[in-house]
Amino acid sequence: MSRNWGNQQSSNEPVWIARDLAKCSGCRKCEIACSLHHENRIWPEASRVRVFMLVPGADFPHLCAQCENYPCVKACPFQALSVNEKTSAVAVDKEKCTGCGKCTEACPGRVPHLHPAQKKIVICDLCDGDPECVKVCQEGGWGVLKSVPRRDQPTSLYSRTPEETTRNLATKMYGEKAEEFL
Amino acid sequence: MLGYTGKFIEVNLSNENSKNVTIDEAWLKDYVGGRALAAKILCDRLIHKWQEVDPLGPDNILLFLTGPFVGFYPGGRTCVSGKSPQSNGVVGSTVGGEFGIELRCAGYDGIIVSGQAEKPVYLFIKDTDVEIRDAQSLWGKDTKETNTLLNKECRALLKERYPGFGEWKEPATLCIGPAGENKVRTAVVIAKWTHAAGYGGYGAVMGSKNLKAIAVKGTGPLPEVADLEKIKQTIGLVNKIAYSNVMWRRWGTGGGGYNFGAKTSSEPVRNWQEEWHDERSYGVDQFENRFWVKQAWSDFGCPTNCMKIAVVKSGKFKGAITDNPDYELQAYLGPNLGIFNPEENVYLSALVDDLGLCGIQTGNVMGFAAELFQRGILSKDDLDGIELKWGNAEAFAALAKKIAAREGIGDLLAEGTYRAALKLGGMKHEDLLKYAVQSKGIGIGAHGIRSGMDFSNEIGFACSVQGGDHSSMTNLPIDGWGSEIWTIFNDSAIMCVFTCFGFPENSRYELYSAITGLNLTRNEWAGNGGLKTLQIQRAQLLLGGPDLYWNPKVDDDNPSRFYEPLPSGPCKGQAADKTSVSEGVQKYYEEAGWDANGIPKSETLLRLGLGEVDDALKKLRYAPQ
Repeated sequence: MSRNWGNQQSSNEPVWIARDLAKCSGCRKCEIACSLHHENRIWPEASRVRVFMLVPGADFPHLCAQCENYPCVKACPFQALSVNEKTSAVAVDKEKCTGCGKCTEACPGRVPHLHPAQKKIVICDLCDGDPECVKVCQEGGWGVLKSVPRRDQPTSLYSRTPEETTRNLATKMYGEKAEEFL
Repeated sequence: MLGYTGKFIEVNLSNENSKNVTIDEAWLKDYVGGRALAAKILCDRLIHKWQEVDPLGPDNILLFLTGPFVGFYPGGRTCVSGKSPQSNGVVGSTVGGEFGIELRCAGYDGIIVSGQAEKPVYLFIKDTDVEIRDAQSLWGKDTKETNTLLNKECRALLKERYPGFGEWKEPATLCIGPAGENKVRTAVVIAKWTHAAGYGGYGAVMGSKNLKAIAVKGTGPLPEVADLEKIKQTIGLVNKIAYSNVMWRRWGTGGGGYNFGAKTSSEPVRNWQEEWHDERSYGVDQFENRFWVKQAWSDFGCPTNCMKIAVVKSGKFKGAITDNPDYELQAYLGPNLGIFNPEENVYLSALVDDLGLCGIQTGNVMGFAAELFQRGILSKDDLDGIELKWGNAEAFAALAKKIAAREGIGDLLAEGTYRAALKLGGMKHEDLLKYAVQSKGIGIGAHGIRSGMDFSNEIGFACSVQGGDHSSMTNLPIDGWGSEIWTIFNDSAIMCVFTCFGFPENSRYELYSAITGLNLTRNEWAGNGGLKTLQIQRAQLLLGGPDLYWNPKVDDDNPSRFYEPLPSGPCKGQAADKTSVSEGVQKYYEEAGWDANGIPKSETLLRLGLGEVDDALKKLRYAPQ
């Protein structure tokens, strides 16, 4: 299989959100756009993409990476999660979800979290293939989030816990000094 | 009311009690939020005994207020206020960061803190749960360490209490460093390591209340609004304007350290003995290429990202971390101290952040001390052995640490430039106020007036109700765009001025309507809410006390340095003109509805329905100081 990680999109390929976390300004426009799209409110904790800033400066968006093997889907005891055939995103069936948290435990990045009001899991649905977070990030020129064709990228590598990502970014910025803040 | 959560937290630290309170909707309509509402709340509760209230005592009320724009207008800010230990009046000191957004998502428009805790505490707010928690393990820690420990503790609590939620983000925090704990009058309230509510000295007020920090996590949405589509359009407009401002986004105010010296000749150099320098060593590129590890750092929704993160990675200052520094800190911890080396400036900025000191006010008082050393008025012995020569970054660092600890000479300088000048003047039997570049106890922001090329003006500091605060300068006409009435609006709604260059004036009122469903016009603000706030803040400032009072005849003026001709640069020889300033001040009094002594007239106050302010001012009218 050729290693095709290119950007040329053919019509029926699903998108994947490539991410370059070190560029994140922490502006949280992705949270704003996501929650406006899904909730029709500005609601940071209901957003499917959440910007963590466990160490100031080491800001980054934390969102589903659509792992190749979808461990969250397999882990759900209630079959509430499925893979959308068109977009490859994880779909949550709100009727079936009990908010048990098994998907969060199964996720290598502990990405899924509970909707603060509905107490059901929320996971990025890629806005049906045209992600709003990507638009605002691109519009502002930050280029942290970018839609690319989903091919054979090692997507699950982008599912990291907030602690792992924070350690990486803080070390990149602050070197050994980062240890003091972790 | 739309656009508001409708609730405030009222905390009395003396009896460790907290409860939810509401504020009269009529007040919210008139005063909107933030600074104006702070002035109103403080007026309502304290004006009758204003002169007796010690800003650093349990009677002072400390406010953390949002406004209806917070979370909607791009770039989050929170207003910190109370009776100021610098001016003895009220300063609406706004600080960047997500604190206000988290607070509104938790369901509150603000926090009202009174009393004094017996032992160090911090507040932890998770939605409607408000806890007063022990902070003894945080006491004495610098602001970065405090942020780390607080994040860890609060996230652990959230995880323990809500195990099924998933990963908890950090709470938003405000905290003080050692300077605030030691009630240093130039202490700040810090957010995100490097953002500070600087002017006013509210870090000292937090310290006096034994309140080390506040952490808040709100999981709700921002409040309901009248017209979400219109808000989205406005956000789009702010973004569009910001994105077209390419170099501003890239450099933030970081270009100022060179430009305000070389181009506008209005940068403090060696305690304002000069305002010009042409040091290419201090160019923005020197900061950008050598220290910036993050080129774009934003607060909630901000398209401008004027903040950068600077890190010193080698040499003796290795490990120093701060923001750009922004222009004010570039100036005050740079040329004002005779320092033109970016590395030393980054180091000193990081140091004041960590200690919880205001870079502007501390740079001002250290510049003052260095000039006294230059003139032989302060000796090395007076300075506890510190050789306070211009450009000696390590000497200034040693002094900053002494100020934060209130140790030796630091205890005296911790009083801020004005009070230090009075005390030292008494000890040295000499008028030292002539070297104090301040107005109403507040060091002048780094925008001099002598060249006439900066955005400052000859009465801007003299007539401001926030003294030397460069973000609240005023001008004639009183309802004109340069008047303080509009900075009051910015600090009340609250909006960041660095995201609104080019944002049409009318769009503000449209946004206000889209959020609240209420109408507001320019004339209404200038004739009602804004003007009332100006009068209240003026009254609070003039009432002053208990340690010192302002005499408008003397104090509604520029620091005497601004009347000395500039000794160098393209504007050499230029100075402020005493006659012109004094005429301007009188004209300002007239337009503001103040009498010839600068006291708001009864008729002005009664017309605005401010009878209690009029009553409080009677003692000044009968016995003008």
